[in-house]
Amino acid sequence: MKVAVTTAGNDANADVDPRFGRVKNLLIFDTETGEHEILDNSANLGATQGAGIQTAKRVAESGAEALITGHCGPNAFRTLEAAGIQVITGVEGRISDALTRFQEGSLKPANGADVQGHW
Amino acid sequence: MHTPHTPATDRTSPAKGASPIELVVISGKGGTGKTSIVGAFAALASGAVLADCDVDAADLHLLLQPEPLRRETFRAGHRAVIRTEDCRRSGTCKEVCRFDAVQVHDPGPNARYEIDPVACEGCGVCVHFCPEQAIDFPESISGEWFVSRTRHGPLVHARLGVAEENSGKLVTLVRQAARKIAVEQESRLLITDGPPGIGCPVIASITGASQVLAVTEPTLSGQHDLERVLQLAGHFGIPAMVCINKVDLNPEMAAKIEAACAERDVPVAGRIRYDPAVTEAQVAGRSIIEYGDTPAAHDIRALWATLSREWAS
Amino acid sequence: MQVAIASGKGGTGKTTLAVNLALAAPGPVRLLDCDVEEPNAHLFLGVRIEGRELVGIPVPEVNEERCTACGACGEICQYSAIVALKTKPILFPQLCHGCGGCQRVCPTGAIREVLRPIGELEWGRRGELLFAHGRLNVGEAMAPPVIRAVKRWGRPPASAGAGLAKTPFIQVQPAATGDGDPPAESPAMTLIDAPPGTSCPVIEAVRGSDFVLLVTEPTPFGLHDLRLAVELVRRLDLPCGVVINRDGIGDDGVEQYCLAEEIPILQRIPDDRRVAHAYSRGEAIVEALPEYREQFAALYAALKEYDRHAHTAHTRD
Repeated sequence: MKVAVTTAGNDANADVDPRFGRVKNLLIFDTETGEHEILDNSANLGATQGAGIQTAKRVAESGAEALITGHCGPNAFRTLEAAGIQVITGVEGRISDALTRFQEGSLKPANGADVQGHW
Repeated sequence: MHTPHTPATDRTSPAKGASPIELVVISGKGGTGKTSIVGAFAALASGAVLADCDVDAADLHLLLQPEPLRRETFRAGHRAVIRTEDCRRSGTCKEVCRFDAVQVHDPGPNARYEIDPVACEGCGVCVHFCPEQAIDFPESISGEWFVSRTRHGPLVHARLGVAEENSGKLVTLVRQAARKIAVEQESRLLITDGPPGIGCPVIASITGASQVLAVTEPTLSGQHDLERVLQLAGHFGIPAMVCINKVDLNPEMAAKIEAACAERDVPVAGRIRYDPAVTEAQVAGRSIIEYGDTPAAHDIRALWATLSREWAS
Repeated sequence: MQVAIASGKGGTGKTTLAVNLALAAPGPVRLLDCDVEEPNAHLFLGVRIEGRELVGIPVPEVNEERCTACGACGEICQYSAIVALKTKPILFPQLCHGCGGCQRVCPTGAIREVLRPIGELEWGRRGELLFAHGRLNVGEAMAPPVIRAVKRWGRPPASAGAGLAKTPFIQVQPAATGDGDPPAESPAMTLIDAPPGTSCPVIEAVRGSDFVLLVTEPTPFGLHDLRLAVELVRRLDLPCGVVINRDGIGDDGVEQYCLAEEIPILQRIPDDRRVAHAYSRGEAIVEALPEYREQFAALYAALKEYDRHAHTAHTRD
C-alpha cells in the first residue's frame, strides 16, 4: 500500500512536517517496494482558501491509503475520510522512523480533526 | 474573497519550542482605541512579537515607525480579463456572471466587453464558458506584507491594495509569519492588533488565538458591538476579556457594560479614563506609555498587569 | 441621489453623520445601514421594524442518483466548496461564494442550488424616513451578499425584481414577519452608511453612489486612513468631500491634505463633550442638541445643490 507523509524535505531522512494544508511536499511511500516519490505541493502554499481540502485531494489522487502528518483540520479530515484514507496525526520526527512505526502497526488512526480549522 | 484562512491547522509546530501566547486585540466597533492600546502594550511588553492584522487600514506603524527588513507580495486568487481582440461579443460572460462584473461599453455591433476588476469575484465561470476562450484568468497581486524592526521588537504588518479582496487570507499570512518569528526567537508573547467588525478578517485574526481582548467604549453602539464580538469569540471558543476605554464618558453606560460582562462571565480586565494625551501621543508618533505618566498610561499599565497575571496562572 | 458615507478608519462618525443628515433633511429620505457586521444606525433612530427577510447564498446540492462522478464541478470551483474525488462530490457550503459554476457545468443536471442563510435584512420607517439594515450572522465571513440585499431593497421594486430574476446571487427569502414589499415611494435622497475599511464590503456599499462623504478625525490615524479612503473613491471614479468630526483635537494634517488634494471640507463637527455624551446614550445630535440641526441641514442642501449641478452638466454634455 501507499502511505503519504507531509514534509518540507525531499527524502525519508527529513522530518514529518506538522502542517498539512500548506505543507511544501508530500512524500508517497510504497510499503511493498520500499520506494518513494515526492509530490510538490507548493501550489497550495498560497491557496486562496481550502488548502487542506486541495491537499487532501492530491493525497487521494496519489493512490495513498494512509496519511501521516502533524495536524489536520476538519475540512481536510472530511475530504480524506470520504476518499477512504486513514489519517494519522500528532506524528513528529524523522519520516523513516514514522514509517517503521506505521508498518509495525504502532501508529493509530485519528477519529477526527485534531485542530480547529476553517469552519 | 471573504472566506478563510488557515488558522490553527497550519501553525508552526509547538515541538520546536513552547507555543507563544497570542493576544488578539479586537473591538467590533472601530475607533474605540484598539491601536493606541496595542501600541502601549508593545512598549510595556519586553520581547514580544507584534502583528498588525487590521490590513485594510493599518495604523500601528504610525506609532511604531517600523523599518522593513523583508517585503513580500500577496497574491489572492485570480481575476478574469477579456482579450478584446478575441472577443466575438457572444454576451455569454455577462449572462453567466453572478457578480455584475461584466460591463458593456457602446452597446450594438461594436460593443466592447470588459470585466470590472473591482467587481470580479474570481470565480472563473466566464472563463470556462466563453465560447471563444477569449478570457484570461491571471493571478492577481493584491497587497504586500512586511517583516520590520521596531524599537519594541519585530512587527509583521501588511497593506492590502485599496479595493482589494481577501483580507482574511492576508491576515492569515501576517499571523503565520508573526508566529514563526515568535517561535524562532522563543518569544513568549505575540500581540496582534485586530480589525474591526465580525466578518472575514476578524475571524481570520482570532481563530486559534490564546486570548481575545475586546476594547469597547461606554456608548450604546459600543455595547451593541461588544455583544456581537463576544459572541464571535465564543463561537470560536477563544477566551475573551474586555477593556472599557474612555470609561468616564458615560459612567451609567459603563456600569451596564460591566453588568453585561458579569452576566456572560467575561472578566473586565481594564478601565481606561478619557485622556486627551492619547491623541497628543498619536500626533507625536509615540505610544501613550512613552509619552508620559498620564491617566490613560496609568490605567493601561494596570490593564497590562492584569493580563500578565492571567497568563502567569 | 445616492450618497455613501464612508471612512477608512472605524469609529470616526459615519453613523452619526448618516443619522443626523437623515433627520435634518427637509423631505423624505432613505437610510440604508450597510455596516452589516456591526449595524448601529437603528440604535439612534428608534425605527419601527416592519419587515424581515433572510439573506442567503445559493449553494449546490447534489442529486447522487444523477451524478456520474465526472469531476467537472470540482474543476470549476475556485473556492474548494465542492470537491470531486473518485466518488460523489463532497460539499463545503461555508466556502461557497454562490457563483453557480458547478450547477452550470454539471453535464447531467445533478446539481441544484439551495439557499444557505448568512444574515438578515430588516426594514421599517420613522415618519418620512425609510430605513433598512442588514445583519450578518455571527461566525459568517461574507458580508457583501448581505450588503447587496440591503442596497437592493433600496431600489425601486421594478428594477429590484428584474435584477433578482437575472442574478439569484442575492436571493432573499421572506421570513414570516413583515407586511410584504418594501415601500414604493422614492425619496429624493438615499444615504448609505458604509462599513469601515477599504476592501470588498466597502466597495459593495459605495458602488453606484453619486457622491461619497468621507468622515475623518483630525489625527494621524484619521489622516492615514482618509488617504486610503480617497484612493478607494478615486479608483471607483466617484466624487467625494470630507467631513471632519471631533474638529479641534489632533493636528492640521487632514486640513493640509485636503487643501493639497483639492478635496472640499464640507462640514466640521466640533469636539463637543455634549455631542459625545448624546452619542453614548444613543441619541441623535440634532435631537439632543437642536442647535446642531442647521449645520446638518446645510450639508444636505449642499449635496442636493451638487446633484443639481452634476445633472445640468451631464445634460449639457
